[in-house]
This record gives sequence, structure tokens and C-alpha cells, in this order.
Amino acid sequence: MKRKLEISELIFKVISYTLLTMFALCCLYPFVYTISASISGQHAVDYSEVVLFPKDVQFDAFREMFTNNMFWNSYSNTLFLTVYGTIWALLVAILGAYALSKKRLLFRRFFNFFLVFTMWFSAGIIPQYLNYLDTKEVFNAVGITDDKWLVVIAMGMAAMNIILLRNAFEGVPSDIEEAAIVDGATEFQVLSKVYIPMSKSTIATVALFFGISRWNGYYWARQMISNSNEHPLQVFIRLKLEEYTDPEFIAGWNETYSSDSVIYALIVCSVVPILIIYPFIQKYFAKGVNVGGVKE
Amino acid sequence: MKKSTAGDFLLYDESSNSYRADPEQLVRDDVEKHYWRNVARTVVKDWRLYLMLVPMLLVFLFWKYFPMYELLRCFKVNDEIKEVSDQFFLGFSNFKRLLAGQDTLSTEFWRALRNTFLLSFYGLCFGFPVPVILALFFNEIKSNLLRSVYQVLTYLPKFISTVVMTSLVTMLVKQGSLTSNMGILSQALHSLGLISEEVANAGLLNNPSFFRSIYQISGIWESAGYDSIVFFAAIIAISPTSYEAAQIDGAGKMAQMRYVVLPSILSTLVIMLITRIGSLLQVGYEKVLLLYNTNIYVTADVVSTFAQRYGMGSSGQQGLASAAEMMSNVVGMLLVIGSNTIARKATDVSLY
Repeated sequence: MKRKLEISELIFKVISYTLLTMFALCCLYPFVYTISASISGQHAVDYSEVVLFPKDVQFDAFREMFTNNMFWNSYSNTLFLTVYGTIWALLVAILGAYALSKKRLLFRRFFNFFLVFTMWFSAGIIPQYLNYLDTKEVFNAVGITDDKWLVVIAMGMAAMNIILLRNAFEGVPSDIEEAAIVDGATEFQVLSKVYIPMSKSTIATVALFFGISRWNGYYWARQMISNSNEHPLQVFIRLKLEEYTDPEFIAGWNETYSSDSVIYALIVCSVVPILIIYPFIQKYFAKGVNVGGVKE
Repeated sequence: MKKSTAGDFLLYDESSNSYRADPEQLVRDDVEKHYWRNVARTVVKDWRLYLMLVPMLLVFLFWKYFPMYELLRCFKVNDEIKEVSDQFFLGFSNFKRLLAGQDTLSTEFWRALRNTFLLSFYGLCFGFPVPVILALFFNEIKSNLLRSVYQVLTYLPKFISTVVMTSLVTMLVKQGSLTSNMGILSQALHSLGLISEEVANAGLLNNPSFFRSIYQISGIWESAGYDSIVFFAAIIAISPTSYEAAQIDGAGKMAQMRYVVLPSILSTLVIMLITRIGSLLQVGYEKVLLLYNTNIYVTADVVSTFAQRYGMGSSGQQGLASAAEMMSNVVGMLLVIGSNTIARKATDVSLY
């Protein structure tokens, strides 16, 4: 009896290690291949001689990117959108979530519904597009001609993040707040001195969700930013991909490196910053998922 | 029935031998009579709290609710007039044209609806079990360090943007000849004998019969590891004594799964499943938009991409496009609410 147990467990263990290793390698491989292909020579990439390790190493594809002003432009635009977008969204979300977490707030159920309804029903792409066009006109009339501010202010708010924050604020013990009020703290001081320090990790998680979605944002940035100097990195990558996979373009290509390498080099440039901060932020990401259940 | 007496509303005052009004009732009356004045008073007294709410309300009003007003366009047809309010009411002709029209437009709409549903449905069938299985596997690894390595590697693709992910997919399966320019994945599949040379040469993304597989596999690659977090959290919460008790009772690995693990993660499973069912009509349009091309509309065109193709650009048929998306969104909302109600009835866990 005892023996049989060990066998079934052993088999399961072997299967899990094998399949997990395979899956993990599948997750890793495209990244390794991308790096190798971006620094391999023209012949090696075009004739698929690169499988895992780079061949005929060159760095000209990267040089082409780094000497391209549009690349640096798009990079700084992405930084702009990420930094200001995250700050703005976080500010709005923290203030709103704090108010919603208070039981004494009048019409609390209505405000919650106001928020949650947007998770159930969205007007769709076309109405949003028309709405953003109108917003753009208003912004222009006020004197904000840089479309990046439109993307920063009007887009990327998510009800789910506010609900995550609200639940965290609800978990802060009320005794501490009462003590602060007795000491003469105003509402804003209670928020900044008690609530924000006590829900630091949830705020970090939410900031991360906002930040990543800003860094990765593509569709609306492409639709709404008309000046190509203002395009963020993701739009730049996509435009380059469209240009560099055009058969006519490839036929006229005459360099020591493959046109594919340029795309791979771009992908590397876009992913590296995330890979660098990834080890530090990974635990917050895992935390955000566990706060799945939402109460009303 | 009990008759109400004066004593219900009035208090007997013994000193003056007369009735007087119950002060608490007066307050209650006052609250009822001056409801809005009291509301205003509370708000003014607590103005800081309500001020904090304002930015959020404005953002949601302007950019989530105002677009819903634009949905009125669905019932109107004259797109030359820009303002919704200036257009005349037209009734349901846009909807009729989409649902029962005899032209290609209606065919395309039904095709898009079918594709949307199928993409999500296959995602449910193939994408849902994988994270659960991954979580079970993670649980087998007793060394914390090794497990973290596996977890870090499998979460990684989730952080990559849709654009980068689709660019990678495009490059890996792109067209070319066997000797040059072909994507490395196409080449691997060809040498394994899974696809013929012509198919590989034409590029897998130009072949309608491959789109759904590419969409699902890239989806699993991207999010299976990340989605497993929530299941792993449920599994790791199981007390080791439960396993030991099962082992003493002679349970093999399968029996342990069935009688220890499954009951413990059932509520998480149900919640996640219901969320997935609720979002059956929501397909990430960005990903489809970045992967599809005119050759594969047959399998790849979904409602959002259909809408954006017809509603944007110079030929903008905005009313029609909004109507298409609105129908799928309304059905989607009913699915969410319905599945949530079922969840509450079945498991006492509600999502919203």
C-alpha cells in the first residue's frame, strides 16, 4: 500500500517538473531569440541560422536605432505619458477611493454603482473615439495643443483599480483615524498621514497597474496623437514593423544586418526597462491579483 | 389591526396633565420634511470628503458616461451632421440592417459576432485549465528558490505590451521561402511535419485556419503564468495536515487531488470561471487589430474591429458601427450580471 502511494506521487512529480520546465523555457525562448536575432549578421538572420545563440555578431541594428532621433523622441514621449499618466490616475483614484471607503458618505451605494457600471458596460470604440475628438477640441480651445495631455488626462482610468484601493482603505482600523482626528487632523491630513502610509503596498500595486498600462498603451495614442513627433514608443514600434515587413522594402534592403534585426533591436529596447525593474515590482503584481473578491 | 392612539405620536406630560409632541418624532418629521436641506448641511459640514470625490466623478462622467450619450447615434443615420442632437431620430433601421440585412454588411456582422464568441469560447476551453494545472505543478515544487525561478519566468510575458507581443508573433511566423526570411516558428513547425511548405511560405498569419490557434497559444503564453497566481494562492493555503490525513487513509495522488485540493480551491475556480463566462463577448480588440489582415477576416474579424473599420476614417458610418458594438456590449453586460447572480446564489461569493 505504502509503495503504491509513492509511485503515484513520484509520477506526478516527474510530470510536473517536466511540463513546468518546458513551459518556462517556452516563456523565455522568444526573449532569448529576440536578443540573438537583433545582434546577428544579415545572412544568419535571413537564412534562419540563428536558433538560440547569435551568429556573426554586429551592433549596427542598435546603432541605427540609437542614431534615429524619432526613437529617442518616442522614448521620451512614453516616459512623459507614463510618469504624468500614473501620477494623475493615482491622484484621482486615491482621493475617490478614500471618499468611497467612508461609511458616512451620503449616496455611497449610488457612487459605487456609478463606478462598477463602467466595468459592466462600455459605450464602445466609436462613441469613445468621437468623445475624445470632442475633448480634443475643448483642450485646444483652452490652449492645450499637445495631444499627449489628452492621453494623460482622459484615458486609462479603471474602476477596478479604484475598487482595489477602496477595499484597502476600508481595512484600515478606525481607531487610528479617530486618534488622528482627536489630535486635530483634517480630512486631507488623515488621508496623507494615516491612510496612505498604512496601505502602501496596495497603492504600489495600483500605481504599477497604471504605470504598466501607460507604458504599454498603444491604440488610443495612435488614434489621438496626430503629430508623429509626439508618438510614444509602442506606436513607433508598430509603424516600424509595418514599414520593415513590407516585401518591397525588404527587397530594397542593402545593409550588413537584416531588416528584421532592427525590429528585434526595437523590441529589446522596449522590453529592457521593464526587465530591469521587474524583479523589484514582481511581488506587488502577485499581490494585486489576490485582492480579487469585491464587496459592495 | 391595532388602532393607532394619540400615545403613539404624543407623550403624556403628568405635571401639566396634557399631551405634548414626542421630540424624537419631531426630529423624524423634520428629517423627512427637510431631507435635501439636511443633505446639503451634511455635505457642507463634510465638504472636504465630497471635494475628494469630485475629480473621480468628473473623469468617469466625461470619459465613460458621455460616450454613452453618443450611442444615440445608433438610432440615427445622417452622419454628415456632427452633433448627435441635431440628427433626426430614425428608429432601429441600423440594427435591422445589421441583423437582418440582405447585403454583405449583415453577413460580415454575423461573422464578426460568431468570431468574437468563438475566440472567447476557445479561450475559456483552453486558456482556463492551463493556469490551474500550472498552479498544481507549482505546488509540487518544494524548494522555494526553484519555484520562484519558475514563477518569475512564467509571469514574465504578462509584462510585455500587446504591440511587442504581436510584433514577436508576426516575426516568428512571417512569410518567406524555406531558405530565407521565413519566421523561425514556421520553419520549426514545417520541419516537424505539422504544416506544408506552401502554408509556411505564405505566412501563418495570412492563413485563416491558423488565426484562432495563434490567438489562443499566444494568449496562453502571455497570461497563463500570471493567471495561475490566484489558484496557487488557494492551493498553498491548504493545511499540510489535510494531505497527511488523506495519506494515512490510503489516498493516492489522484485521490488527494479529488478529495483535498479540489474542494479547497472550488470557490476560487467557480469565481474565475464565472468571470470568464461573464466576459465571453469581450475580446481584446487591440490584439486582434494588430494581428489580423484582409486575408483572414473570415476567422479574425471581431465586433470591435468590424466597428472600428466601418466607423472610423473617411467612409465613417458611425451610427451603424456603434449599433454593432452596442448590441454585443449589451449582451455582454447581461452575461456579466447573470453570471454574477448565479455565482451569488451558488457560492455566496459575489464579484461586484
